[in-house]
Amino acid sequence: MKHLIAEFDQLRARLPAGFDSSMVLPCLRRIQEDRGYVADSDIDGLVEYLGVPRIQVEEVLSFYGQFRRAPVGRCHIEACRNISCSLLGAERLIDHLSAKLGIRPGQTTADGQFSLATVECMASCGTAPMVVVNGKYLESMDAAKVDALIDANRVRAAE
Amino acid sequence: MNAPERRNLLMTFEVTPTSHLLADFRARGGYAAVEKALRTMTPKEITEEVTASGIQGRGGANFSAGRKWGVINLSDGQPHYLCANADEGEPGTFKDRWILENAPHLLLESMLIAAYALQVRHAFIYIRGEFDLPYRRIAGALDEAYAAGYYGKPLFGTDFTCDLIVYRGAGSYVCGEASGLLSSLEGKRGYPRNRPPRLTVRGLYQRPTVVNNVETLSNIAGIIMDGTEAFKSFGTRKSPGTRLVSISGHINKPGVYEVEPGRPFREFIFDTCGGVPHGRKVKAIIPGGISTKVVTGEEVDRVRLDNEDLATVGSGMGSGGMVVIAEGTCMVRLLQVLLRFYHHESCGQCTPCREGMGWMHRIIDRIVAGEGRPEDIEQLKKISAWNDGNTICGMGDAAGYAALGILAKFGDEFEHYITHKRSRHDGNLECRAST
Repeated sequence: MKHLIAEFDQLRARLPAGFDSSMVLPCLRRIQEDRGYVADSDIDGLVEYLGVPRIQVEEVLSFYGQFRRAPVGRCHIEACRNISCSLLGAERLIDHLSAKLGIRPGQTTADGQFSLATVECMASCGTAPMVVVNGKYLESMDAAKVDALIDANRVRAAE
Repeated sequence: MNAPERRNLLMTFEVTPTSHLLADFRARGGYAAVEKALRTMTPKEITEEVTASGIQGRGGANFSAGRKWGVINLSDGQPHYLCANADEGEPGTFKDRWILENAPHLLLESMLIAAYALQVRHAFIYIRGEFDLPYRRIAGALDEAYAAGYYGKPLFGTDFTCDLIVYRGAGSYVCGEASGLLSSLEGKRGYPRNRPPRLTVRGLYQRPTVVNNVETLSNIAGIIMDGTEAFKSFGTRKSPGTRLVSISGHINKPGVYEVEPGRPFREFIFDTCGGVPHGRKVKAIIPGGISTKVVTGEEVDRVRLDNEDLATVGSGMGSGGMVVIAEGTCMVRLLQVLLRFYHHESCGQCTPCREGMGWMHRIIDRIVAGEGRPEDIEQLKKISAWNDGNTICGMGDAAGYAALGILAKFGDEFEHYITHKRSRHDGNLECRAST
C-alpha cells in the first residue's frame, strides 16, 4: 500500500480539514484496484496512515458489497438478478454461465481465470439482463454474448 | 390526430458523442444560469425562488426542495455542506444515470447555484461505487469545470468559491438513504441515523447539510434561468415540472423518458413505450421503484401519471423507476426476487428489518419450494406491519409496502401456490412468445 501514499496525500489535500475519516472508502477502493483485494497488511498500513480506529476499517470492509478480502478470478463476472434482469431472463443466463464455467456463483475456476458472482440492481434495467465484467457494464446480454466473452478470455489466457 | 406536443425541461438536446462536453453545454446556453444567480440574486432570493417553483424531491420522498433549503441558517457561522445523491440503486431506477452520462454539466452548474444559495464552500457528489461510465462522465465534466474556473475560484466578481468532490460508494443499497449516505461519506458503514435532528440541522460531521437527488438539483439551473412560472407551466399544480421516468421489464421500448405529470398512464405505456412484447396485456406495473406499491393493468387504464392520481390506487411516482409486468408472470416468484433483495440489503441496525427481512425471505422461499403453509400469507402481512414505522430509515417500511401491495392485489395467486404446491403461471418471470 505504501506506493499509493502520494496519491492518498493528493486526495487528502482536496478534502476539507477534519475529513480524514472520509478517506477510508476511497483509499480502500484504490488499494483493491491495485491488488485485486484488501490484504491484512493494507489494513495495518491504512490505520497507521489515517490514524482511524482499526475497527472502522474492518467494519467498512465487511459492510460494503464491493470490497473483497480474497482474490477473485482474473475475469470476474457479476450477474444481476434483480427484478428487471429477472423479468428478461437473468436466471437462465446465470445457469448458462454456471454450466459454461463449471462453477456456481461465489466460486472461482481451478485455474484462477474466472469467478462468478450474483449482484443486485446495477441501475442498468433498460438494457437487461446485464453483467459486470471486471467493473465494466456489459448490457443486453444473452447466452451467445456470454459465450463469446468467455471464449475470448480463454484465448487471451492461453496466449 | 397528431400526438400532443411533448415538452421537456431536461432532455432538451440531441445526445451526440460530444453533447456531454463543456463546449456543447455552453453552446446550449450552459453556465448562464449560475452567472445570473450570482450577479443578480442574493442566496435568500434563490431559495425563495426554488420554494416558489414547488419542485419536489425526485429521489422518491417528494419533499419540497425549497423547504429543505430554507432550514439552513445562513448566518450561523458554521460550515454548510451540499451533497448530490447519485447513489441510484432503487431497483428499476436508472434515470439519474441519464443525467450523469449525458448532462453532467447541468448537474455541476445547478450545484454551484445551490451551493451559493446555501453558502456552501465544499459540495459533494456521492455516486454509487459500481457506476463506471456515469463516474467517468461526471469526473471528466468536473475536470473541465475546474479548468474553466467554475469551481475552485471566486466566481463572477463575487467572493463565492466552491469546491466539489466526487465520492464513490462501495456497494450498499441503504447508502441511497440520505443519512446513510452521509455516514458513508464520513468513511463509515452506511448506517442511517435517527431524526430529529434533521440533516439540515446536523448532517455531515454534525454540520447542516442538504442532500438532494441528482434530478432535483439538475432542475435548479432551469428554474433560475427561466423563472418559476415557466417551471410551473409544466406538470400539475401539485406536481410541477417534469419527471424522468426509467422504464424496463416487459416493455417494447425500455429507456429513460421525460414525462409531464398528469399524462394518462396507459397512453405513456402504449403510445410512448410501445406496449408489452408479443401483444400481451399489462398484468401489473411497479410505478416508481420497487418500494412503491404495484398497480394492476386495470388501474393503469384509468389513472394519470402523477402522485395525486397514483395515490388513489395506493401508489406513487417514487423514484421514477417503472417496471412493467406482462400477463402470465408469476407474482409469487416476483415477490421472491424482491424479498431476497431486501434481505440482502438490510443494514442490520434495526431489529424489525434485520430479522423481519430474513423471515419474509424464508417464508417466500418456502412457498416457492411448494412447502407453503396456509398461515404464510397472514404471516407476511404481519411482519410487514411490524416493520412499518419501527425502523430508523424507510427501508423496513418499503419492503413491507412492496409485499403488501402484491399480496393485496394478487393474493389469490399466493393461495393457489400454497394449496396446489405449484405456480399458477409455471413460475414464469419472462415474457416469451407463446408456442
